[in-house]
Amino acid sequence: MSAMADRGVIENSKVLMVGAGGIGCELLKTLVLTGFKHIHVIDMDTIEVSNLNRQFLFRKRHVGMSKAQVAREAVLRFRPDVEIVAHHANVKSSQFNVEYFQQFSIVLNGLDNLDARRHVNRLCLAADVPLVESGTTGYLGQVTVHVKGRTECYECQPKPAPKTYPVCTITSTPSKPVHCIVWAKDLPFLKLFGDKTLSNDLDVRTSGAETSNEQEEASFFDLQKDETSKAYAARVFDRLFGQNIEIALKNEGAWKERRKPTPLFIADIFGSEDKHEENGSENGSALENKSKDEGSALSAMTKVGLKNPQEMWSVKENAKLFLESVRLFLDKRKQEIGKLTFDKDDQLAVEFVTAAANLRAHSFGIPMQTLFDAKGIAGNIIHAIATTNAIIAGLIVLEAIKLLEKNLEACRMTYCLEHASRKLLLMPCEMDVPNPKCYVCSQTPLVLEVNTSTVTLRDVVEKIARKKLAASFPTIMQGYNVLCETGDDIDPHSAAIYEAKLDMKLDSLTPVPIVDGVEITIEDLQQDFSCSVYVKHREDFSEEEADEMRLGGLDLLTPADTQATAKTEAALKSSSAEIVDGDEDTVMIDGVSALGTKRKLEEEPQGPVQKKMKV
Amino acid sequence: MSTRMEEHTSEVLTEQEAAVYDRQIRVWGVDAQRRLSKARVLVVGIYGVIAETCKNLVLAGVGSLTLMDDTPVTLDSAASNFLIYVDEINKEAKSVAQVCAEAVGDYNSMVRVQVEKGYILDKPGEFFDDFDIVILGRSSLDLKKKVNALCRSRPQRVAFYAVDVRNSCGSLFIDLQSCTYRSQKKDDDKEVEYTKKSCSLEDSLSVRWDSLPKRASKLFFAIRIVEEYEQKEDKQPGHLTTNDLPALLVFGTERLQAQGLAMSIAVENLLKKIAEAGTFELSPVCAIMGGILGQEVLKLLSCKGEPIKNLFFFDASDGKGMIEDVSP
Repeated sequence: MSAMADRGVIENSKVLMVGAGGIGCELLKTLVLTGFKHIHVIDMDTIEVSNLNRQFLFRKRHVGMSKAQVAREAVLRFRPDVEIVAHHANVKSSQFNVEYFQQFSIVLNGLDNLDARRHVNRLCLAADVPLVESGTTGYLGQVTVHVKGRTECYECQPKPAPKTYPVCTITSTPSKPVHCIVWAKDLPFLKLFGDKTLSNDLDVRTSGAETSNEQEEASFFDLQKDETSKAYAARVFDRLFGQNIEIALKNEGAWKERRKPTPLFIADIFGSEDKHEENGSENGSALENKSKDEGSALSAMTKVGLKNPQEMWSVKENAKLFLESVRLFLDKRKQEIGKLTFDKDDQLAVEFVTAAANLRAHSFGIPMQTLFDAKGIAGNIIHAIATTNAIIAGLIVLEAIKLLEKNLEACRMTYCLEHASRKLLLMPCEMDVPNPKCYVCSQTPLVLEVNTSTVTLRDVVEKIARKKLAASFPTIMQGYNVLCETGDDIDPHSAAIYEAKLDMKLDSLTPVPIVDGVEITIEDLQQDFSCSVYVKHREDFSEEEADEMRLGGLDLLTPADTQATAKTEAALKSSSAEIVDGDEDTVMIDGVSALGTKRKLEEEPQGPVQKKMKV
Repeated sequence: MSTRMEEHTSEVLTEQEAAVYDRQIRVWGVDAQRRLSKARVLVVGIYGVIAETCKNLVLAGVGSLTLMDDTPVTLDSAASNFLIYVDEINKEAKSVAQVCAEAVGDYNSMVRVQVEKGYILDKPGEFFDDFDIVILGRSSLDLKKKVNALCRSRPQRVAFYAVDVRNSCGSLFIDLQSCTYRSQKKDDDKEVEYTKKSCSLEDSLSVRWDSLPKRASKLFFAIRIVEEYEQKEDKQPGHLTTNDLPALLVFGTERLQAQGLAMSIAVENLLKKIAEAGTFELSPVCAIMGGILGQEVLKLLSCKGEPIKNLFFFDASDGKGMIEDVSP
């Protein structure tokens, strides 16, 4: 790689950059300084204050504006002669189809989520455009190169599933702070402020007792007629942390080997002093006028006199915070109740979840957390610093140059390490060839174990096609029969037919039921993705497999199954694909793919080094 | 600096600091962030890799950053420096330091960014007492030695870094003097306190090359040969051309022989690459070296994580970022 030789190939190339965040800002800067002249940038996000410590193209005055657009303008200040097209849009939207991708010499990813990465991977495979993929967490980072047919695609290796927890650990027997935080986020927060019509797999087990009356349980969290927000907050408090624990204690068997939880009631915490009223919002009319920017800036913390989010608060302080946050939601954000989902940038939501998690932790003898730490866990916040992003962006551009020079032999997968290994902080490794068992780039069939008499077509579309297989607009087919099609270009007549089918059980679908031994095809036309799925009926799912579905490779088939069709038998011989994704529980923290990066590094501290390091 | 570590500050971060620095506090903690906010950094000679370093330090939230570079801004100086906005060129006779300070100062209002005029060797010794860190951009071996010696002569520790990117090759020399830091034990989550000592550039230069391990970075030899050649021929650093190549190769072979080594194809190729590049810095390499340098400064200031104590090299042709220790 020398100074002048590459100018032509760089200047004439057309580059697509997906993501204008931490890596994206650094990447755009380095691209234009290197001499790239034609760049498209796609990013759907807007700028937030917590971006400013590393996304150096953005200033405080840009908060709320499009990342792609502001990044473009910032870069033009030092390189006005560059053509940059900024798209403030989701890369998954239909305008970015295969034809769109085909105009580029190369695609560079600076994304923060697994879903979008998988989508871009498929479009790059379909358009046959090389992809440079990247990720960072704290001091760790990695850059990989994906060229169709020559190297692994992004999905050739199964990505670690997002960390999940067994349902009963969350609902009944928490033992770690994270269990309490997941509980606070998925149970009380959603029950009080979220969409009550949405099914929640935790519902029935909330109290840990079979005696609980579901209807009573559901309506308990509604505000009663003439009930003040203060009375409501107190009633909910005693239920969540007092009565529910008392009910759970009745199940004595559960506590034989465990420390018994302690019920918490308001009266026990505050005694007769009724302290939680003093700083209440009712006598805070002066404050009300002051807080003009309600919504995400509204805070219960300051109203109860808590200042430092890094400080560990007492049980009493957490109780005050809980009561105050419930009251503020009711008094100030009534319109949103019933529609809220947890958002780490929603201060009041973070305060509620922190307080609820800490009160539960206290009951169960688990260490409490500071708001700062609870926010990190609840929001799955990725540790991010500018230096790693800058290094990774530099490495991406070096790989891009090699790809444009058609020098694939020289391309490397590079790890950025926190602690040097064999004197190396930046460690290049040779790339792997495509995995012949990959269901994405090698189109190997999969197996779906499913209870066909209880699971609906909608479950297959949402939980398998969308969630597990990352299809953005899935189509489900059986032979030439289209069972379901999604997307924004479907005529209303067909859409109505598909809609009617979605809630039917698989074994009663028309014109063809999906039963044991049937092979279906899951497709995404935009992604040019297609996957055969062999259906195997099963009924004995465990409590943790509440979806009654399990997707895996052909090794899920037993010899008896394979006699069913000659085709799958042949396939079984040629392949024994690994399970694509570990079983997921119903409770999960939102997936963060960068954590996958970290895990990979930790799990194989010397794997890539010993095997493949270029010396 | 080691005294600073014991010094306990109980003050709380401001709301603005907490909001802007949230993601990095999750990496290095509040105490480290407070230590950063008190650090004073001087950078001398603002090339592409120094622009990257300045950006990283200002974003991270050091206390103050002082820039020194009286060169007038030209189109050339903007080649790999994103801190120079095109509308600043030729407008009025502003120096590179002035223009860059304005740009980088805008990144983070919580950092004091200032310009110091004049030539570094004309400054009195006390001048260095105002800094915890001195970073030197591309400069002659002689200047590096002198500034390093000045840093070492002060009563308080002044850590010294010299960085350079030539074409696709990056090199970094570090003299921490003595450094105390906390780091996690290998098989344990516990943080333990360690102390490291660095040697001066002068001492590092005295180490015989044949005493180095066989797999030492080839870039180490190439950079040494180039710097010594420039010194001998009285060339401005980075102003070699392909005309210098024959003489540079002869000089290199002699130098290696004198140290008991033979010229290799790898070193020869590096010398060619550096000679033909002139002042050119490959921007991705600036980003990588500026990232590593920024990170090292942050590690030192925050007393967290094991810092590099002597040398680091990155060569884009093999993609390795390698730590070396060439100390007596």
